[in-house]
Order: sequence, then structure tokens, then C-alpha cells
Amino acid sequence: MHEMSICESILAVIEQQAVAQRFRKVSRVRLEIGPLAGVETEALRFSFDAVTRGSIADGAALEIIAPPVTAWCMPCAEAVEVAQRYDPCPRCGSHQVQITGGDELRIKDLEVD
Amino acid sequence: MCTTCGCASGEVTVEGQAHPHHHHDHHHRHRHAHAHGPAHAHAPGLSPARMVEIEQDILASNDAYAAENRAALAGAGTLALNLVSSPGSGKTTLLTATLARLRDRLPLAVIEGDQQTANDAERIRETGVRAVQINTGKGCHLDAHMVGHALEELGGAAAGGVLFIENVGNLVCPAGFDLGEAHRVVILSVTEGEDKPLKYPDMFHASDLMILTKTDLLPHLDFDVEACIAHARRINPRINVLKLSARTGEGMEGWLDWIEAARAMQAAAGRMAQAEG
Repeated sequence: MHEMSICESILAVIEQQAVAQRFRKVSRVRLEIGPLAGVETEALRFSFDAVTRGSIADGAALEIIAPPVTAWCMPCAEAVEVAQRYDPCPRCGSHQVQITGGDELRIKDLEVD
Repeated sequence: MCTTCGCASGEVTVEGQAHPHHHHDHHHRHRHAHAHGPAHAHAPGLSPARMVEIEQDILASNDAYAAENRAALAGAGTLALNLVSSPGSGKTTLLTATLARLRDRLPLAVIEGDQQTANDAERIRETGVRAVQINTGKGCHLDAHMVGHALEELGGAAAGGVLFIENVGNLVCPAGFDLGEAHRVVILSVTEGEDKPLKYPDMFHASDLMILTKTDLLPHLDFDVEACIAHARRINPRINVLKLSARTGEGMEGWLDWIEAARAMQAAAGRMAQAEG
């Protein structure tokens, strides 16, 4: 997906926060990006450097946390972990699996000066 | 520039709006926000690094615009459908065939998303239905902010009826952007691969209905309809499926029935919300 526009959105949030929380330099950005968020993290890193150049986050380290893909298996009536959307339940093999987490696309926190 | 759509800075145009982005300046990002702080108040080395909790969804501002759109549409009794597909699936052909069948029964309007040209909006207007073209410039998807401006432009054209939003032909990017629609409808033509639901799972997961189009061509193709539906259900067990040919008209009634059922459901949900409120 459009990693460049995601980075523009990240920078927009950072710049809003800079005014609200009074900081002028960002040294680290921590993101939470689930495997199902549709974001290619390597492309995101590349775009992040380009988009933040000359901004308040110029040179900031980008840390990406990847939470697991969690799902609810209806036949098992239990929470399970899967790798992708179309994976069957690892316990019973059923495809009646509802994804419950793994599409996070969040800014967690910033280290600022 | 729109906060949600950095990929088209300055190039997005909504027909009829000379400066499509001037209404929401307060939401816009400040490129020079760092200049608003106390000037030269910072002595290097004296203030230690600190952590700032953000915990904010990166697409939160898009989602806020989408919520505004959804509330406005529901308030006007408009059923909004977000039509997504790859380029060339026959979206516009299906749309014109649908409009021709519904225009005497219901108020209708169309928002057309394309990178360039107003060709599709012109095709729609030939049916007599009100259409607004959004050109996304370099952008790969519509976002809720652009759609909000298109809604302003349409006024109440689809009040009490149906608004069709034809998204940019792309099975990847539009998946992440809620526009405020009631339902997302993914259109797949039988001249494409039957494994597309597996190749582009996000889109099929985010859709309520899959329409297989160009079914009149099936006798000439190796497309396995049942396999395709099975693939889609692996990604999204709740997805509904319709098969039709906009060219011959076969299956169109099922699609019109689905729209009617969706309108009835939205109206019932509105009445329940009113009763509770």
C-alpha cells in the first residue's frame, strides 16, 4: 500500500504533537504495524527517510513493532495465532476463523528532545 | 494538502471545487509546526530526551472524516456503496447498467475516482444521473476527505436513494481507506484469475459483497467460478457473492435485490437508533 502517504500521515501527527506537547526534535519513532496492515515495512523505512528529511523528525530512528496475527476459531471457541488471513485454525484446520488482531497501524510513542 | 492522502499533494481535484481543500484548514498539518514553539528557548544538552506517548492510529484522521461522511449519509437516508476492483473489471459498465434500471425508481448519484480524466463521469452523466469526478493525481485511492468534498458538491442529490462511489481501479490501496460507505463491494471479472481473492486478501476481507462480472464470457474461459468463490470465502467467510453480466443483463435482478435489501437494512437500523436515542 502507499507507504509514502502513510509516512506523510505519520509526520503530520508528529508535527501536531510537537505543537501540543512542545518539543522541537524527534530522535526515535516507535510504530506498531501488524502483518495484516497492508504495509511493506522496508518500503515504509525508505519513504520515512525521504519524507522526514528537513523536518522535525529528520534523522529519527524508526522502530517497528509487529504484533502477532490473532484470531478466534469458531469451532474451537478459542483464541489462536495464525500467519495470514486465509490460514486455517492451527488446532482444528477449520477456515471459520475470525481475525481479531494484526492489522494495527499505530504510532506508539516518540522519543523527543 | 489532505492529512490522510500525502500521495497526491496538491494534485487532487474535485470537479466544481476550485480549492478543494480550503474548508478544513484546521485539520491540516502544519509543515512548519516546529516554528510555533518558543523560539530559541532550547539550550542544547540541558533538556534530556523524553518519551511522548502517542498511541494514535495513523489513519485516524481519515477515519474521523469517514465517520462524518457516514453520519451525513445516514441522516440523508442515502445508501452509499464503495465499488472497488482492478482496472478493467467492468465497474463503469456495471454502474451505467445499474443506473439505467434504478433511475426512475430512486434518487441516485455517483462519485467517480480516477487518477486522470473525467471520462467515466461523462459516461455516467449520459445516463442522466448526477456525477462528480475526483481526480487523485498521483494518488492510488480515494480517501474520506476527498469524498466529503464530493458530497458537498453533490448536495442532496442522492437523499433517500443510493450513492455509488467508484473507487480508483486498484485492488491494494483502497482496502485501507474507509470512505464512510455502508458497504464495500468488490467487483471481479471472470477474465481475471480466480485466485485474485488469495492474491489480494485485504480487499476481499474488507468487502461485504463480491460481484463476478462478464459471466457471458464464461463459455470461452477456463475460469472456475466455484473455486473463486471458495477462495473468497477462505479470506472472508461472511462475503456475499453475485454473478452477473451487465452486457446481457443476466443476474442484474439479483444485484438490484441486494441493493434494495441493503437500503431496507439501513433504514431499519436508522429507525432503531432513533428509537433508542
